[in-house]
Amino acid sequence: MNIVDNDEVERFAAMAGDWWNPTGKFRPLHQLGPARLAFIRDEVVAHLRREPRPAKILADLRVLDVGCGGGLVAEPLARLGAAVTGIDPAAENIAVARAHAEAQGLAIDYRAATTQDLAAGGERFDCVVAMEVVEHVPDVPEFLRSCAALMRPGGLLLVSTLNRTAKSYALGIVAAEYLLGWLPRGTHQWQRFVTPEELRGMFRDAGLEPIRERGMSYDPLRARWDLTDDCDVNYLSSAGRPVA
Amino acid sequence: MDSQRYDVIVGGGSFVGLALALGLAKSAPGTFRIAVVERMPVSEARAGGFDGRSVALTAAAKHMLEALGVWQAIAADAQAVTAIDITDSKLEIPIRSVLLNFDTATEEDGATAFIVENAILRRALYAAAETVADITILAPETIAAIDIAEASATVTLASGRKLIANFIVAADGQRSALRKMAGFKIVEWKSDQLAIVGTIAHEKPHDGRAVQHFLPSGPFAILPMVDNRCSLVWTERADVARRILALDEAGALAEIEKRMGGRLGRLSIVGKLSSFPLSMTLSRGFVKPRIALAGDAAHGLHWIAGQGLNHGLKDAAALTEVLVDGARLGLDPGDLTVLERYERWRRFDSASAAMTAAALNRLFANDSGPLRMVRQLGLGMVDRMPRLKGFFMREAAGLTGELPKLLKGELA
Repeated sequence: MNIVDNDEVERFAAMAGDWWNPTGKFRPLHQLGPARLAFIRDEVVAHLRREPRPAKILADLRVLDVGCGGGLVAEPLARLGAAVTGIDPAAENIAVARAHAEAQGLAIDYRAATTQDLAAGGERFDCVVAMEVVEHVPDVPEFLRSCAALMRPGGLLLVSTLNRTAKSYALGIVAAEYLLGWLPRGTHQWQRFVTPEELRGMFRDAGLEPIRERGMSYDPLRARWDLTDDCDVNYLSSAGRPVA
Repeated sequence: MDSQRYDVIVGGGSFVGLALALGLAKSAPGTFRIAVVERMPVSEARAGGFDGRSVALTAAAKHMLEALGVWQAIAADAQAVTAIDITDSKLEIPIRSVLLNFDTATEEDGATAFIVENAILRRALYAAAETVADITILAPETIAAIDIAEASATVTLASGRKLIANFIVAADGQRSALRKMAGFKIVEWKSDQLAIVGTIAHEKPHDGRAVQHFLPSGPFAILPMVDNRCSLVWTERADVARRILALDEAGALAEIEKRMGGRLGRLSIVGKLSSFPLSMTLSRGFVKPRIALAGDAAHGLHWIAGQGLNHGLKDAAALTEVLVDGARLGLDPGDLTVLERYERWRRFDSASAAMTAAALNRLFANDSGPLRMVRQLGLGMVDRMPRLKGFFMREAAGLTGELPKLLKGELA
């Protein structure tokens, strides 16, 4: 089975020019940025035992950003010192990501590829990041197995996605796509959303140990997303590959 | 090529720009490559010659300068204001009733304000910035053009040199050229008043007492300085002010004596009087992708209580905190989502301060009997209500609102 959904890839490729427009179609992802990055940073510090303070907190770590799009997550991780590889099945996204990183003076290894392509090459990473990807792939268990194959023993997998609840239908689809216009219509298919329990089961099936879950909630007064204990809509999840 | 790339380019190396550069470099060493572009030659800033101008720093601003390692260099030249008298007596009445008296030395935070010569503060900020490896000072130099693209900004200097930046800060004053280049729209309000400023030496000690005398033509503030001197901030109708400025020293002194009264004994003018027009400019927005306004470039306001610089330092402190928090997540300092937090933090505060200043000016700059009674009643009531008085004290000390860490004396 193909690990990517070609319709989904084409839909994102068509919007590639808008990735870095902070007020464009991807504005919600720009706004989610700080909360997602805080989770990634804190999980790496806790799990891969880094010193919490230095400016280059991810120095000497090989990080793979799966479904990197225009590089919204890959660039901050590179600024924090990580050696980042960013992959996306859409060549249009990779072209945008490369041009942006070059203008920023950042060295990031971007490739138009899938996790299966990389696994076939035998590459291994300290940390694999897949932000807002799970809800767009046709076969989540297979996708997670391919991610696990790219992690070194003791490595870390960080995933963010949407829960499948009545609340996520109301907020994630009806409100975000139809009422508020935060996302283009058809961005998400609710049936594809995965609950935290299901995700934990799939992690175990892929040979990974679930570590932690955190929710993300929007605070309209401060116009920003915060990490919370409420995983009903947007949530982040971490899993480790056992050493032995 | 890499030497021409900066994370942050600060346009304007005055108080706000230098405080921001120092805030970033000291809070997160080795994180930001910072360039400060300043019109004044470094030698001139370093010399720190007296120019007759002084600033009133709040207690919060002092905390910030302490955290930046600058306060120690100016402490001996900073006069603590230990009491503030507010009055609106008519000049011909010899005994002036005090409407409101703040005995600031009894407050837990110590003195409410400190008066320092501009030149001394500028010299200390320069000396501190020059020793920090992350900061490059480009002076004398100005920014001739900016070109903001999605992934970076290009700054063209007057010398023709081009720099690449993630983020540009416009800290180039009320008539900010950078603000114009970036296309920010402003709201402007011009008054027909001028502020006359100058330094007065006097015979008797001032005991750290500041006086804010509300006269029909505008407020007349006497701010105590070190060495038996006072700084005057004197608001007058433009035509009257021009006539006063045209007088010889004896003539000008006579006008000053009429307004200051005899409390400080014999007076003389140190240096000469200067003036600037009172106007307000408030930018409709404070940020756009890759650029933010700070200090007078964002809100050039004439402040009845001389708070302009303190609000600018609050901008520098808030912007420092927002950029440092962002950098700890690997975010681009020019990222609009980072900058929007700064705008939300500072814009409402600045707009409400502007409206308060304008309203106070209207309330006091008026000789009508009923208004005089209203403000005497109002201020008299404040004087008898310790809690409300305490609020005004903290407000005057800059300690109200959501305080950035630097204003609490902590690095971001």
